[in-house]
Amino acid sequence: MAKFDLNDDSVVVIIGSGAGGGTLANELAQKGIKVVCLEAGAQQSNASFINDEWKSFSQLAWLDARTTSGSWRVAKDFAGLPAWICKTVGGTTTHWAGASLRFQEHEFRTRTVYGEIKGANLLDWPITLKELEPYYSKAEDKMGVTRTHGIPGLPGNNNFKVMHAGAMKLGYKDVHTGNMAINSQPRDGRGRCMQLGFCFQGCKSGAKWSTLYTEIPRAEATGNFELRSESHVARIEHNAQGRVNAVVYFDKNKKEQRQKARIVCVAGNSIETPRLLLLSASNLFKDGLANSSGQVGRNYMRHMTGSVYAAFKNPVHMYRGTTMAGIVRDEAGHNTKRGFAGGYEMETLALGLPFMAAFLNPGAWGADFAWWMERYTQLAGMWLVGEDMPRETNRITLNDKVKDQWGLAAPNVHFDDHENDIAMREHAFRQGERIYQAAGAIRTFRTPPYPSTHNLGTCRMSARPQDGVCNKWGQTHDIPNLFISDGSQFTTGGAENPTLTIVTLAIRQADYIAQQMTARAL
Amino acid sequence: MRVIPIQGAVPPSAGGCDDDHGEVPRLALPLARRDFLKGSGILMGTLATGTVLATLAPSPVWALELKALSKAEGETLMAMGRVLYPHEKLPDAVYALLAKDLDGKAAGDAGAAQMIKDGVAALDRAAGGDFRKADAQKKLAAVKSLEGQSFFGTVRGQCITSLYDNDMAYATFGYPGSAWEKGGYITRGFQDLKWLPAPSKAASPPVDL
Repeated sequence: MAKFDLNDDSVVVIIGSGAGGGTLANELAQKGIKVVCLEAGAQQSNASFINDEWKSFSQLAWLDARTTSGSWRVAKDFAGLPAWICKTVGGTTTHWAGASLRFQEHEFRTRTVYGEIKGANLLDWPITLKELEPYYSKAEDKMGVTRTHGIPGLPGNNNFKVMHAGAMKLGYKDVHTGNMAINSQPRDGRGRCMQLGFCFQGCKSGAKWSTLYTEIPRAEATGNFELRSESHVARIEHNAQGRVNAVVYFDKNKKEQRQKARIVCVAGNSIETPRLLLLSASNLFKDGLANSSGQVGRNYMRHMTGSVYAAFKNPVHMYRGTTMAGIVRDEAGHNTKRGFAGGYEMETLALGLPFMAAFLNPGAWGADFAWWMERYTQLAGMWLVGEDMPRETNRITLNDKVKDQWGLAAPNVHFDDHENDIAMREHAFRQGERIYQAAGAIRTFRTPPYPSTHNLGTCRMSARPQDGVCNKWGQTHDIPNLFISDGSQFTTGGAENPTLTIVTLAIRQADYIAQQMTARAL
Repeated sequence: MRVIPIQGAVPPSAGGCDDDHGEVPRLALPLARRDFLKGSGILMGTLATGTVLATLAPSPVWALELKALSKAEGETLMAMGRVLYPHEKLPDAVYALLAKDLDGKAAGDAGAAQMIKDGVAALDRAAGGDFRKADAQKKLAAVKSLEGQSFFGTVRGQCITSLYDNDMAYATFGYPGSAWEKGGYITRGFQDLKWLPAPSKAASPPVDL
């Protein structure tokens, strides 16, 4: 691994090492560009991952102070934990399930296709699916996505068998073991999925793609990359001309450091990324960096979510094997006959006993809750994930009353479900229940949303500077050498799990940055 | 209380999906090791013979020392845990973990200790005497009457980890926990469900070993 001087102002500083930051870092390093990656979390490995839900949660989750407000149920159930994302090298690619779906064509132009929806701040992306397709293909190849590039699908587990049988009876057609960035056979120096059942706790076999053991070591091998873990960024600084030129962070020893930079790319996930821009407010940028539009932190999306669990007379043992083992895609399209815009996916999901107790029905107690827990081995489960509406009022702000361990204002996450989200959730719950009823369920249960895993949109892309924070390359409208490199760029959320699109945008952004550097535009 | 597994790991193939009923199969047993007994609040009990947990245990007796709470308070919290999350299959030794964890909270924080002691007293009052000895209906009503109070929230929240995140609960409910040490489930039944039609090979390709 390279080591760069704090005063080296020729480096690209990337904040975050997850799907966006880790990928971008490797892509740039491969092109010969010098990169310093600042990661707030500590380094783990396949060997140090813990396949125990609560212990792993303590090891990987982002647990710094956060607050919530709004009418969403997460604010009631998990007031201090709006999101279930990670603070570790590799970011949330350690925890993600691996579902890797491309956005649909219409999902890049929802304002045009859905029309104006009251209370929603819909906007077309400044890019099209066609422009992204070659990059999607590169991302799928990089990540080893099943059912692409000749890679076979994964074998389905018992949880999938239940979903599949019910979905077939209902007449659903697009039902399979998904497009997963999990090796179904050895590939790219990593082994095949051993069906360990702990995808969310860090994949101990390394079959699931994570930047921790793919992009990051490859970037290190180029000699152009330095990873500084346990380095929490406090603010980004700029010069008199309004170009960013340094990043101030607290290092491993809690000492404040200042790394000079030619370009800064922010990839801290959709809560920390806008928080950092807001924390970096200065005399020149009084409302925070890159915020002339006032859109930094706004349009926070977290996907319409919910889960359905079902109890059967016979055993299922859903915890065996891939957590997200299969999918029903028939409801993913845009079909307003259902009473809402956009679509949703149904994906199997299993929790271990400890998390089932915590998440099945947060706050519940009594004989009925106990009934469900006693049927743990007879349960099947699915997660519902769909497009939610961007709203200006759903936003990340600085909570000056609550400080984190560095004395920085904690982020507040405000969210109110849009009517469209509520209608979609109702439909998805009903269809999920019908699937399990068709498979013979004796009871079904509607589990409310978990803390958000898909956090999106808080520094969105827009064609016009007044509508968003960055352009079609993730480059901020206001500051040309400041980039947004994570899911914060999403103009709208689509129905699909976002990681593949984040990686795709990062590969594409790397090409753009390299070209701009060569042209001396940056 | 430390919970130590005996006989090492859970045996492989902890029941298959081709079973025609949903009973939790018998698994290797964890055992609550007896702490050295010295304080005044001591909870003791036995694992009932014939239960999944007692059959393989070298000794059916367990005991637990409390630091900040009395024996009566510990027992009341155990009884409250049984009202909140009533599992006949779970032995008292698991509910004692709840008392132990709340005792730990009380031992480190005088405010928490007072809140828990006051809460226990409130439970007794609501039950019209000794909560532990009240009938099931009275117990339920007493617990319900405290819903929304911080004592209730503390105990209920603690139940989630104390009752469901331990080896005895794993064995009782049939959750084997970590599987990588045994090579995962790729050869151990991840797709052994036979009571529903199998998916097509296109939907679910065969395992390629």
